[in-house]
Amino acid sequence: MTEFTIPEDCRYLETHEWVRVDGDRARVGITDFAQDELGDVVFVELPAEGDELDAGEAFGVVESIKAVSDLYLPVPGTVAAVNEALFDAPELVNEDPYGEGWMLELEGVGEGEALLDPEEYADAIA
Amino acid sequence: MPVEFDSIRAEHVAVRESVGKFDVSHMGEITVSGPDAPELVQRLTTNDVTELSPGEAHYSALVDEEGVLQDDTVVYDLPESRQPTEGHAYLFVPNAGHDAESHERWTDFRDEWGLDCTVENNTERYAMFAVQGPGSEDLVADAAGEALRELGFFHVVPAEVAGADCLVSRSGYTGEDGFELLCPWDAAEPVWEAFDCQPCGLGARDTLRIEQGFLLSGQDFDPEDNPRTPYEAGIGWVVDLDGEPAFLGSEALGEATEPDDRFVGLELTERGGAPRHGYDITDTDGLVIGEVTSGTMSPSLGRAVGLGYVPAEYADPGTAVRVVVRGQQKSARIAATPFEPEP
Repeated sequence: MTEFTIPEDCRYLETHEWVRVDGDRARVGITDFAQDELGDVVFVELPAEGDELDAGEAFGVVESIKAVSDLYLPVPGTVAAVNEALFDAPELVNEDPYGEGWMLELEGVGEGEALLDPEEYADAIA
Repeated sequence: MPVEFDSIRAEHVAVRESVGKFDVSHMGEITVSGPDAPELVQRLTTNDVTELSPGEAHYSALVDEEGVLQDDTVVYDLPESRQPTEGHAYLFVPNAGHDAESHERWTDFRDEWGLDCTVENNTERYAMFAVQGPGSEDLVADAAGEALRELGFFHVVPAEVAGADCLVSRSGYTGEDGFELLCPWDAAEPVWEAFDCQPCGLGARDTLRIEQGFLLSGQDFDPEDNPRTPYEAGIGWVVDLDGEPAFLGSEALGEATEPDDRFVGLELTERGGAPRHGYDITDTDGLVIGEVTSGTMSPSLGRAVGLGYVPAEYADPGTAVRVVVRGQQKSARIAATPFEPEP
């Protein structure tokens, strides 16, 4: 069985998004497991900077050759930046899901709901 | 067959640039054999089967009395060595899940028309593989004999592969040079292993055929959900209205040669994801005029492409339309298939 990367410094949703909180800011993306399930990512639709979003809200769409999937927000916050590199190079989501394949940067981050720690997420995808 | 072995893109590119293999054993195999086999095949398929000689095959359509597509198929006039001593034998390959209903339908019509032939569902007895791509000839020549290099398009011959008696045709569903092999079920593994190349899944099979504009039964047409005639579906060229005896449904189709709706290719001209089955097609004012039946981000072309039906007045390549992607109208244009690389 394939071993998926689950960084210790992130928290996770059962819908396979990760969040890495740093003070009142956070980065959000999809997990290694998610990118592997989706296969070749060809398109990412992201919100506009300045959008205020709630935890659990659908904030965008990730599309691979075979499927389209909604993206859900692990923590509430205001969109400070989106990863514009993904518009021209969506494959970054496959190549480096926790690094260059990040999707959103949030500011004014609040408490998330139903967040899983790495161990719980590992169980969820086992 | 899995959706993918490695990645759809890698498998797709292997077929376009070198060679890949597909396990398409989900396809059905129905054999029709006996003195009246030519008449039964002629009356239940739209192409003129009397034009085939042993060892030749053609693409054809199965329609009902109203001319509505039930399935599309390849009809093989079996090679001489596989012909019975009395009468004639054909094989056709209904799409996945259509073999039992085809067998029943063909048997019922044979009985109703009092024809002397057997109709056998051999789906469980055969495995079917496709070896596709510009490198397929070398691989097939190695595995099945140098004579296969001379095999013409849509011709079929018996050949031995890994010690098993196979039928090999030069055909496929990718737009590339390629071969399809039928082998006995119990020899499936050694025959599959005889071709050392990229294994490909359903995902690449779909992206490859979409780039060519090839129909997928049950998705681009469906007798219940999306009833279409061969003319609407763009395969009027497999309908021979002058064949003798006339096929079932020929009367209805004779009056349907200029349909209101046409099956077309579509390209998104603005970023927004890929067109997908069920998305609306609108005119430039946003009025719904049709529906996408298949679509993908084309791995070869790097563009979002799709297939679907629009009224004939919108069907010319270059016509500006829109595709509604997740509630947003995205600019698109009608395109000829196979889709061409950007100029």
